[in-house]
Amino acid sequence: MMTYFPEEVVEHIFGFLTAHCDRNAASLVVQGVVPPAARLRRNCYAVRPERVAARFPAVRSLTVKGKPHFADFNLVPPDWGGLAAPWIEAFASSPTAAAAGGRGGRAGGGGGGAPLEELRMKRMVVSDECLETLARSFPNFRALVLISCEGFSTHGLAAVATHCRHLREIDLQENEIEDRGPQWLSCFPESCTSLMSLNFACLKGEINVAALERLVSRCPNLRSLRLNRAVSVEALSRILMKAPQLVDLGTGSFWVDHRSEAFHRLISAIERCKSLRSLSGFWDASPLCLPAIYPICSNLTGLNLSYAPAIQGSDLIKLIRHCWKLQRLWVLDCIGDKGLAIVASTCKELQELRVFPSDIYGAGSATVTEEGLVAVSFGCPKLHSLLYFCHQMTNAALITVANNCPNFTRFRLCILEPKKADPLTNQPLDEGFGAIVRSSKGLRRLSLSGLLTDQVFMYIGMYAKKLEMLSIAFAGDSDKGMLYVLNGCKNLRKLEIRDCPFGDGALLENVAKYETMRSLWMSSCDVTLGGCRALAAKMPMLNVEVINERTKAKSRGSPSDFHKVEKCVYRTIAGRGTTPRFVWIL
Amino acid sequence: MTKNMEKEAALRFGDGENFAATELRLGLPGTRERETATKVLPTGSKEGGTKRTATEIESNDFDREAKTQVVGWPPIRSYRRNTFRSMKRDEEKAGTYVKVSMDGAPILRKIDLEAYKGYKELREALEDMFKCFPSGESVRVDAREYAVTYEDKDGDLMLVGDVPWE
Repeated sequence: MMTYFPEEVVEHIFGFLTAHCDRNAASLVVQGVVPPAARLRRNCYAVRPERVAARFPAVRSLTVKGKPHFADFNLVPPDWGGLAAPWIEAFASSPTAAAAGGRGGRAGGGGGGAPLEELRMKRMVVSDECLETLARSFPNFRALVLISCEGFSTHGLAAVATHCRHLREIDLQENEIEDRGPQWLSCFPESCTSLMSLNFACLKGEINVAALERLVSRCPNLRSLRLNRAVSVEALSRILMKAPQLVDLGTGSFWVDHRSEAFHRLISAIERCKSLRSLSGFWDASPLCLPAIYPICSNLTGLNLSYAPAIQGSDLIKLIRHCWKLQRLWVLDCIGDKGLAIVASTCKELQELRVFPSDIYGAGSATVTEEGLVAVSFGCPKLHSLLYFCHQMTNAALITVANNCPNFTRFRLCILEPKKADPLTNQPLDEGFGAIVRSSKGLRRLSLSGLLTDQVFMYIGMYAKKLEMLSIAFAGDSDKGMLYVLNGCKNLRKLEIRDCPFGDGALLENVAKYETMRSLWMSSCDVTLGGCRALAAKMPMLNVEVINERTKAKSRGSPSDFHKVEKCVYRTIAGRGTTPRFVWIL
Repeated sequence: MTKNMEKEAALRFGDGENFAATELRLGLPGTRERETATKVLPTGSKEGGTKRTATEIESNDFDREAKTQVVGWPPIRSYRRNTFRSMKRDEEKAGTYVKVSMDGAPILRKIDLEAYKGYKELREALEDMFKCFPSGESVRVDAREYAVTYEDKDGDLMLVGDVPWE
């Protein structure tokens, strides 16, 4: 429809699309000249990479997300897809991209070559080969951010370090990276002095500490540095002496004899870092080493202790008491309700709290309950983002939290035992979550847990008008539950459901809704293959995928009314290239 | 285990309502009965015991992790799970080796506390270990003159023997 408007009109209309997502949505259907979108975000199967590269040749910053969110929890088979290579190759080899790069070549950058400068990828499969392609094809490349990706090794990092002359940022968050030696750090040439951010905390192997120290010494703009477990306290002290300007630090191994000289050197080194605002790492941290950071605690706005299970109870409390400017806190549940009460009384600026379980498989002697959350809600009025793993929750507590904190944008509650009721009343938690959605009118992301009936979905459909992402597990009684959400939540983009009694009726009642959404995931629900087929037939623009790992070995002839394990609906225009054998595109 | 699941699948195929065929389960065949009203799943946490089924009590030979884990629950990223798993493994591998020093002895020894059954055995082993180090005045170490002490996690010097051996 838009193709019939003259270009000036199209550009004029584009001017009104201020929401980032709207621009992306609109640009997919418009032919002809599109204002060169500098930044693009795509789902990796929403559109073919070659098309994007051809249409947006001058793209400088690209974000691509691969596997569905539930892949984080092993619900997606490993060979499902989400390959980075097609994207990197498309931008590397696109002739228009190369031409655009040549035309608008930045001063100091390479003459020709594609102009891509930043690549952010999440849940993608990245290979060493495509990292090498990236390093060689984009002469102005500056920033690589990989989150929850896999498939590459330190060799790929070496390629990036070697060939990217203007590198500013390498940020590796929680990736599975194969260790093939520590040489990659030595690959940064002596001429590389532009690094501002380096995060290799998730690397498992040894690193070349001397090379790291030299690199840090020659990069005066280094603001963020996150080390891995292989970096000792002694090395950390030397590095901090060379980089006292750091704003964000992830320590390496945080263990040293607290009576030793090394410990005192650490204290002096940390004291010099007056700009330090955010701390993480603390691998193998012993509580006796914590006093080393006391001098700078009062400057901290961010603190991540979620990988330090040895720091518990009273030691955590002693530390938190120093951190009164904290805005973002990530801890383990061994902080306990008492510890959270101290957070509440100390951290008045707190905006984001994440409490992770320390003992996933056992009982866990130190845990948190609804009491801790209630305490925080009383003490921290600015709280708007929550991820809370706990052993129990009550409606009364949730209602209190809702009253105290009406500004939640993200509320994710995980009661560890599926379908656990309110222990005080034995009731479902419908009223509690209902209170949260009613009070936090700006809520964009919600994850539910505990015993829940269709009623909670009625509340969500009624009140959660700004909700964009909803995660449901072991909840609901009937199709009505899912329909309340689909019919009521106007801004819903992503809906992920596992182990709920929602079937074909719910799936097929409001199919037009899926056109306004980015994705739907349903696993271990009551949806049948027939239902998925019907959906695919009704909505040819949607990419409906069925994943069934267990038929991998069987023949491909599919029985008709067969229950699937999972199904995934993507909003897409192009189909995807190759599919593994256990995925059926309908 | 796959065989059992397939067998269950065959039994319930064509049921139309029950998607047990596609559920991932771990357990001995035939021992798990599902409630129809609510889906009873193995609990992730141990402190409640209210929803346990017979299988959980008898499956001691299964890996404790595997037995109580619903796939993908609790929703924690694999990276975090794997990191914690390897931290735990490192801890267990480290065992209970402790450094032992004796006043006047030039070098230290290391012992595995798990190798001894009680304080008496520990004391005897220590005396044995250190008798080769003559102290300043006498050639033979008089064991009765020495107290065995340790430093606890708060950094305090404590006398060995007050706390039960376990």
